[in-house]
Amino acid sequence: MTVGAVPAARAAPVARAGRERGLAAAGLIGPAYLWLLLTIFLPLSAMLLFSFLTVAPFGAREAEFTLKHYAAFFQKEFYRTLTWRSLRLGFDVTFWCVLIGYPTALALARHVPGRWREALFLLIVLPFWSNALVRVFSWTMVLRGGGLIDQAAQAVWPEAPSLGILFTYPAIVVGLVHSFLPYMILTCYLSLQAIEPSLEEAALSLGASPLTSFRRVTLPLSLPGMLVGVVLIFVPVIGSFMEPRILGGPEGIMLGTVIEDQFTVVFNWPLGAALSYILLAIVLLLIALAAPILGRPLAAASGR
Amino acid sequence: MAPLAFRTVLALVLLFLYLPLAVMAVMAFNQSPLYALPMVFDTIWFERLAQNERLIGAGLNSILIALANTVIATALGTMAALAFQRYTFRGSSLLQILLLPPITIPWLIIGTAMLVLFFWTGIGRGLHAILLGHVALSLPYVIVVVGARLRSFGVSLEEAAATLGAGPWTTFRRVTLPVIAPGVVAAALFAFAVSFDQFVISYFLAPPGVSTLPVEIYSAIRKGFTPEINAISTVIILVSMGLMLAVARLYRFGGER
Repeated sequence: MTVGAVPAARAAPVARAGRERGLAAAGLIGPAYLWLLLTIFLPLSAMLLFSFLTVAPFGAREAEFTLKHYAAFFQKEFYRTLTWRSLRLGFDVTFWCVLIGYPTALALARHVPGRWREALFLLIVLPFWSNALVRVFSWTMVLRGGGLIDQAAQAVWPEAPSLGILFTYPAIVVGLVHSFLPYMILTCYLSLQAIEPSLEEAALSLGASPLTSFRRVTLPLSLPGMLVGVVLIFVPVIGSFMEPRILGGPEGIMLGTVIEDQFTVVFNWPLGAALSYILLAIVLLLIALAAPILGRPLAAASGR
Repeated sequence: MAPLAFRTVLALVLLFLYLPLAVMAVMAFNQSPLYALPMVFDTIWFERLAQNERLIGAGLNSILIALANTVIATALGTMAALAFQRYTFRGSSLLQILLLPPITIPWLIIGTAMLVLFFWTGIGRGLHAILLGHVALSLPYVIVVVGARLRSFGVSLEEAAATLGAGPWTTFRRVTLPVIAPGVVAAALFAFAVSFDQFVISYFLAPPGVSTLPVEIYSAIRKGFTPEINAISTVIILVSMGLMLAVARLYRFGGER
């Protein structure tokens, strides 16, 4: 890290010698970034190295350079199907989050009076910050055969067939939408809040119908927020393994669960590392594609 | 569209978000281990929980790590936020971009990468490794939350203190810290919640016989449902929601409104 000290413009009158300030900044920032180096950046580098080795280099084992783990990914049908399954899960979950989340954000931003709005907003984001594992677990009770949905249906009609969908693909989607929906509502709501009310008023007073005003003014202006939500949901969903495992059972085999198995059951760490890096490559590609959109709120957040 | 339609949407979304949690909480008080209805109220599962040493041990580990994580992440993160907001230096923007990987890369990848490096270098697995990982995930949040507070106050108070002869440390202790205290407390609660709820990283870094609460719950769920897990899950949900309500009082998620 280079710390060429240039005193902040506003602090200039009281700035001490440049070098002293540079040292101070380095001292303040050093510990946090050394920590991140040890726990994020070095591990990612080590895993990249492992993904090119024949075996994990522990003990007396001789590890050699190989491309076979990456080659396996492209040659075996199994991994392509797996990747497609994970991507499809990402699409499905994101689709439902947009479909439910955007109208909710719109309702919150435009149709709830101020005092209630803050309380409702808090109620919506609150579950997001509670334990993800526990929330997924709670769905097993609702969705399983003989669970809440079944008992409710049979209370109305005793002959009702079982509606238990636990250990099916839809169960995974329900659980993940439940986990990530608050994210979509949050990002859409923030971008809707940032729109000047006068713009919509202008559209209406110039003769646009409410629907046209929404389609031509509100929707385009709130689209960046929605896209931020899409990326923030899609990325963790394609890397999920706990939710498909608990809610999907045998139906829940995804790229994430196979990676988990390589590290915890099969102990083929180099293959697991290669699969992790392929997943990372997909993630980075997505983030790069979305970077121009993601950059703006980020820049706003850092105030530069 | 009619306001009624929007109200219905909001009501349905809230129902969707809270219904499974409510079911879980209610079933924790149901006597039947098979969640049979009609329900018979009983606190037997909380009593069983109180005797379950594995879960209690895991819970103590979780609290211990969350506390240590809170202290370390809040201290290091506040220092870094001060550097970003009060000093201009080359590489500042790049360093801030480097805060994104811990938040945006799926935890599965970060967790397995930590496992690889820690195992390989002899750092090993265990509570210390889990703590290392949790601090890394908490740091970006602390830096952003404290940074927002620092920015909203500007530097004029600190300049005044310095002009009046206060040294950097005195200025920080007597002026900056009291002003940013709500932000620091919010960041600390946030860090506690991040660690207390973290499952993926802990899962990969926990050796056999050592676990945190979420890791223990995951293995219990995979072995088969037990109502004791309902009981502990209900406690966890209440704790983390309580924490976030406290954060919300100090730090507005919606930014300036």
